[in-house]
Amino acid sequence: MYLGIVKGTIVAERKAAGLEGKKLLLVQPVDEHGGSTGELQAAVDTVQAGVGDLVYLVGSREAALACDPWFVPVDAAIVGIVDGLDVPPRRLT
Amino acid sequence: MRTCRVVGPLWAAAKHPAFAGRPLFVVQPLDAAGADVGPSFVAIDNVQAGVGDKVLVLTEGTGVRQILKQGDQVPIRSMIVGIVDHVEIG
Repeated sequence: MYLGIVKGTIVAERKAAGLEGKKLLLVQPVDEHGGSTGELQAAVDTVQAGVGDLVYLVGSREAALACDPWFVPVDAAIVGIVDGLDVPPRRLT
Repeated sequence: MRTCRVVGPLWAAAKHPAFAGRPLFVVQPLDAAGADVGPSFVAIDNVQAGVGDKVLVLTEGTGVRQILKQGDQVPIRSMIVGIVDHVEIG
């Protein structure tokens, strides 16, 4: 699993079977300090996240397992909204 | 599996039901010398790990489901499965 910040909402009328009714959000993967760790990606939302939320996601096949029904063509799913994070400040090296 | 350092805990009230009651930590992958390598990620804890511990992290969902024994639809991919006492190189 990994952290991400929700950047926007994706609206797609024509979608593959199984994606109907799924809320799609645009997410920037980040580290524990909010620094970008990869490319912007689309993820299915299972927890009613909103733009600006720090969330954690699960990727690959487990993303589909987070959905109901679970046999769906997705590879990233938001599975939690982070309320708090207790990490030391970034080391200056 | 990866060797990682436990960076710190995180809390989430709104989460998928499979994560209920499971401690979540940010973990940082380490190289052979014990230095940080690559981006951190999030893992559930199965061995009562503490902040700063060097740990063994499973990063594959089928293994996690075998350990949790809660069916085959648990959407969890990474889990702390051991606390590393010592690593010998060479």
